[in-house]
Amino acid sequence: MNVPANLKYTKSHEWVRAEADGTITVGITEHAQDLLGDLVFIDLPEVGGKLAAAQEAAVVESVKAAADVYAPVAGTVTAVNAALADAPELVNQDAYAAWLFKMTPADLGDVDALLDAAAYTASVGE
Amino acid sequence: MTQKTVLNDAHRRFGAKMVDFGGWDMPLHYGSQIEEHHAVRQDCGMFDVSHMCAVDVAGADAQAFLLRLLANNVTKLKTPGKALYSAMLNEAGGVVDDLIVYFVSDGQYRIVINAGTAEKDLAWMAARLADWQLEVAVIARRDLAIIAVQGPNARAKVWQVLPETRAASEGLKPFFSVAVGDYFVASTGYTGEDGFEITLPASKAEELWQALADAGVKPIGLGARDTLRLEAGMNLYGQDMDETVSPLDAGLAWTVDLVTPRDFVGKAALLAKPAQRQFLGLLLQDRGVLRAHQKVVTSAGDGEITSGSFSPTLQQSIALVRLPLAVSIGDLVKVEVRDKLLTARVVKPCFARNGKAMI
Repeated sequence: MNVPANLKYTKSHEWVRAEADGTITVGITEHAQDLLGDLVFIDLPEVGGKLAAAQEAAVVESVKAAADVYAPVAGTVTAVNAALADAPELVNQDAYAAWLFKMTPADLGDVDALLDAAAYTASVGE
Repeated sequence: MTQKTVLNDAHRRFGAKMVDFGGWDMPLHYGSQIEEHHAVRQDCGMFDVSHMCAVDVAGADAQAFLLRLLANNVTKLKTPGKALYSAMLNEAGGVVDDLIVYFVSDGQYRIVINAGTAEKDLAWMAARLADWQLEVAVIARRDLAIIAVQGPNARAKVWQVLPETRAASEGLKPFFSVAVGDYFVASTGYTGEDGFEITLPASKAEELWQALADAGVKPIGLGARDTLRLEAGMNLYGQDMDETVSPLDAGLAWTVDLVTPRDFVGKAALLAKPAQRQFLGLLLQDRGVLRAHQKVVTSAGDGEITSGSFSPTLQQSIALVRLPLAVSIGDLVKVEVRDKLLTARVVKPCFARNGKAMI
């Protein structure tokens, strides 16, 4: 299972990268896309929208099923990956390159509290 | 305990992602469901459908038995080899299963029933047989495997791998079958494409699977099987109909013989209760994905999606749906998708066949 060590994770299979400018970038893990199969539709959040931690932020739909993507921490959406509208398969091809949205966290400390790679790997194995 | 087909090891060797399907450990896909779907529409692919159960019905009263058992009329099977799609109903007119019956020869039929319903079906048939006191043997052929090869190049690939079947199967029109040695070759399928379903001794299945793969035939999982049949507008038992649903409400009126005086199980119930719903297709106009059990809102009342997914051929979401009788093809309706109402167009329930979009 590919779980990059430089990222943070949630039990609900989001990955989070803390950027130098104080924002975070959010996607779904390779394990999550593998569970879903070929993605065919991604519904992204509104830029500027405020989200609570664990609030539904996006929906990823595969041929098989729909899955919610949750805000890993509380904050404001600052950007969405518009390329995914016409090419949701980018997430299947490289889940860690095909980010879904960026946020400015309400409290950067919340990001540190997320799972590290080892803890996420352990949570998947449970 | 999960059951396995004789090709279980082969699926794993070919990199399948396995899932439980009606108690069977089956391949969902071998990498990409969408690529597998396109392979069948544009070239050809092979499916392990050995979880489905071939049942031989033989004896002096075989035809009489099937005439009472099935909603479709087996006297339509005049030429040996001809196949017929039928529902098997309960007394209330609900669908016990849908199946294909092949007319092998006088007094000899082969039925193929669904995997998840096989034990129930066999018990149902045995009970009817006991009631009716007919001279028929009903034998489940668990010693057989079934490999479906489907797609525009399917016939050519089968003949390349099994040249001995070519002469007998070359002239097969759709919905026919022929026995060639150990192989029972049928021009039936569940994809809307040309091709064969080959029933053979389980002991020979792995060899045929490998030979077809060596000839360039791609293995296809249940995921693509579902989107292919959905595009072709074919019902899936347990999803589009079941024991609580009349075939008249599930788009299967064309398979039910209410014209001839013949009596069959469920006929009285169907005559007493004509169609309450019509079974049609939906083409989503907005972005999103239609799924089974979503509510459909129309000016004539509510309907329900029974099967829905993304159509790789149309690059749009499609669905099969039960709608009020007053709804017409071409109408725009609303579908409750999560917290939104999306717009869909009502269409005939046939979206793609023979490699082409039908809409």
